[in-house]
Amino acid sequence: MLDKEMRSMIGDVKDGRMDRRAFIKRMAAVGLTAPLANQILALGGVAMAEGASTYKPTKRGGGGALKLLWWQGPTLLNPHFATGTKDQDGSRLFYEPLACWDPDGNMKLVLATEIPSIQNGLLAADGKSVTWKLKPGVKWHDGKPFSADDLVFTWQYAKDPATAAITIGVYRDITVEKIDDLTVKITFPKPTPFWADAFVGAGAGQILPKHLFADYIGSKSREAPTNLSPVGTGPYKFVEFKPGDLIRGVINPDYHMQNRPYFDSVEMKGGGDAVSAARAVIQTGEYDFGWNIQVEDDVLLRLEKGGKGKTVYAVGGDTEFIALNFTDPNVEVDGERSSMKTKHPLFSDPVVRKALSLLVDRDSVKKAIYGRAGRTTANFLNGPEKFVSKNTSWEFNIEKAAKMLDDAGWKPGADGIREKDGKKLKLLYQTAINGPRQKTQAIVKQACQKAGIDVELKSVVASVFFSSDVANPDTYPKFYADIEMFQIPLSQPDPSQHMRRYLSTAVATKENKWQGTNFPRWVNKDYDAAINAADTEMDPVKRAALYIKANDLMWEDTVFIPVMHRLKVEAAANNLRPVISGWANETDNLFDWYREE
Amino acid sequence: MSQYVLRRLLIAIPSLLGISAVLFFVLALAPGDPFSELATNPNVPPEVQAALRAKFGLDDPIYLRYVHWLNAMLHGDWGFSFVSRMDVDKLILQRLPTTLYVIGSAQILALLIAIPVGVYAATKPYSLFDQVANTLAFVGFSLPTFFTGILFILIFSVTLDWLPFVYTTDVKATGIHWVFEMIRQAIMPVAVLGLFQAASMTRFVRSAMLDVIRLDYITTARAKGLGQAKVIVKHVMRNAMIPVVTLIALQIPAVFGGAIVTEQIFRIPGIGSLLISSILSNDTPVVMAVTFVFACLVVLFNLIADILYGWLDPRISFR
Repeated sequence: MLDKEMRSMIGDVKDGRMDRRAFIKRMAAVGLTAPLANQILALGGVAMAEGASTYKPTKRGGGGALKLLWWQGPTLLNPHFATGTKDQDGSRLFYEPLACWDPDGNMKLVLATEIPSIQNGLLAADGKSVTWKLKPGVKWHDGKPFSADDLVFTWQYAKDPATAAITIGVYRDITVEKIDDLTVKITFPKPTPFWADAFVGAGAGQILPKHLFADYIGSKSREAPTNLSPVGTGPYKFVEFKPGDLIRGVINPDYHMQNRPYFDSVEMKGGGDAVSAARAVIQTGEYDFGWNIQVEDDVLLRLEKGGKGKTVYAVGGDTEFIALNFTDPNVEVDGERSSMKTKHPLFSDPVVRKALSLLVDRDSVKKAIYGRAGRTTANFLNGPEKFVSKNTSWEFNIEKAAKMLDDAGWKPGADGIREKDGKKLKLLYQTAINGPRQKTQAIVKQACQKAGIDVELKSVVASVFFSSDVANPDTYPKFYADIEMFQIPLSQPDPSQHMRRYLSTAVATKENKWQGTNFPRWVNKDYDAAINAADTEMDPVKRAALYIKANDLMWEDTVFIPVMHRLKVEAAANNLRPVISGWANETDNLFDWYREE
Repeated sequence: MSQYVLRRLLIAIPSLLGISAVLFFVLALAPGDPFSELATNPNVPPEVQAALRAKFGLDDPIYLRYVHWLNAMLHGDWGFSFVSRMDVDKLILQRLPTTLYVIGSAQILALLIAIPVGVYAATKPYSLFDQVANTLAFVGFSLPTFFTGILFILIFSVTLDWLPFVYTTDVKATGIHWVFEMIRQAIMPVAVLGLFQAASMTRFVRSAMLDVIRLDYITTARAKGLGQAKVIVKHVMRNAMIPVVTLIALQIPAVFGGAIVTEQIFRIPGIGSLLISSILSNDTPVVMAVTFVFACLVVLFNLIADILYGWLDPRISFR
């Protein structure tokens, strides 16, 4: 029914009987509003809207210096080598993609002139190719013209395994061909519903100048002097870079967007910690903008009282979750714990998993820890809106959990801990060391104790927990614990990469050196089928339905207990008007930033 | 003399080799992975991570990696940062001036406080001045720099709004204003480090002075009618400073270590903050190089201390 309704609405928009805004509102009403709503329209035959701009200044420059504080300073300025988002953020001051994402998940044009759609013929109806038209007259900072050759080169550069670019996953399987100087065509090996990955956004989309990198493709990539002194097309020209400490840029007087940028120079300072960064922006006003202010809400509220700045939030799709181990972490089979040949002694009873999900007090976690930076949720997949399930619910109810366990035969023993068939309800709960995570652990542990489940807490240094070190037993992919908590960022406004991780073919095992992405080791045929179908499904409505189904399957099986839908938190001076998207890097929309006089 | 220096330098080689081997193996065995952040990024296929590991030689056996490192080091190649993809020596040289400026100023401040206060306190032991100086010195070296640093920030930046607490190497001013800004932003870190140093040094100067002031030749000097100032400066201090100079030289590497925390608090882009961020991102070549530089400093300043000692006290001969 939803399918039909949406289809008729798309028809209305196409014929001009309904305006785009109304369409998005209606979709919100049925739970399908989307940062990608526009991509739905694009595939339904209506051109995608360009993200609205709130930019007010009427002339270029004159805004003085923009001082940014990144408490983890960028350490290199080649976006294709970025070891974290911080490096992409730094590179994005100078390099540009064809388009980026605005706060609502709409596409905003940067170096392209038109958003591809089936209507304008730039997007193939079968989803196997997309054509981009480039803005004419754009120049690199050194005066050389920007053309289709640069895109073809960037593709060749990133897909070469010897270059060791981290963006290889985006460019490896596609073909980029030059139609003319200002037109490129990207061909996909199979129908690709999310076609806006290559050359879009700060993560993988930043385009490199061919004339400066041509000699440094492949194994010589690390010798390129331009790795540390970028020459891009962006709003600011490179001046100085000290890894981990400082990036400086000045206004690009020939920038290709009208009246932009506003600021005369930009400075990105690195180092320190999140709390003192919040202080420097909100309290003392030494800096205009502070990145990724993961600080307890109490502290932020206190700093904001009479301060010179405030916090800014952006909604994305990051979910803090507790994952349940479906294999036995305490039994070793062929030199491997948590082996697929075992079953978890407690979680093989679905009642235990369900009971556990009733014992996570999300309201308290929100109130005591995340505050304005979190939203409670029952879903693993929390964005883009269109993919978010409305079929799920969550509850915190100790009595109900206790009753469920009682009914299933898990009776309290002499020590108050429930047991059945000689198996005691004792869980090892691990996470990375991080203030909010340890507090969440304590809240969950308390509720579990009341319900007769004994929980042992363990916290692992983040650099170990998130490492791929095969020799270390404490990494999250090995999952040598009963439950573990962290988050995996959703780095693009599309869930395909994110949800593919839990296919049964991707289980992390000793055989693949624990590089498999399915760490809960959950295997479900229906899930596999839904995800594989969604991967090539070109009908946006059906595709969204498949992801919602996949999310619901995870919910029914209690693979993950979502703790919090986390928002991006930034700090900004009171008069700064930053444009921050939950679907993009913080600097992705920097050209639209200005200061209110 | 030159023969002595040469011999000491030769002896330093095996100890540096030993230090480097220990550092290298400990770092190699330590947990963590420079490409760990890539692991949580669903867009990066695991093969890329494996390719990167292979490219930077992380999959070779440890002893082989050590031999490679040592060989490169002998050729003046300090290694290549995984995280910044640039040469480690460049990275360190970029940070060195700031560290030297802050640590040097702190050390000078410490001396300017410690020597006059210590000397004056020793001339009037157990006087009110001595008692106050002693108490303050105890307080000074009992308070760790991370505490005084944050305290200073709260008082001078947040409450009074006098001083900036983010150190920047990019001061937008010229001429006298530049100098003024450089001094202004260095006040807090220099004071934190300098006062901490001064506290322990004051105690040391005082006791060294007291040791000398009781000796017979001082009584003789006074007896022949020399003024108090002349006795203290020319006779007592000259001799009392011998152990003090040695101590200062030996303490320099420790100051570099102590500066790590201060650099982190005030965001000073020095070697210490480079070390911390490299440790956090598991950038082993940088950690290795920085710790090795610290090791070299210890060896070097030991040597300097010994030479200074002999130069100040001609009774000690080099053999």
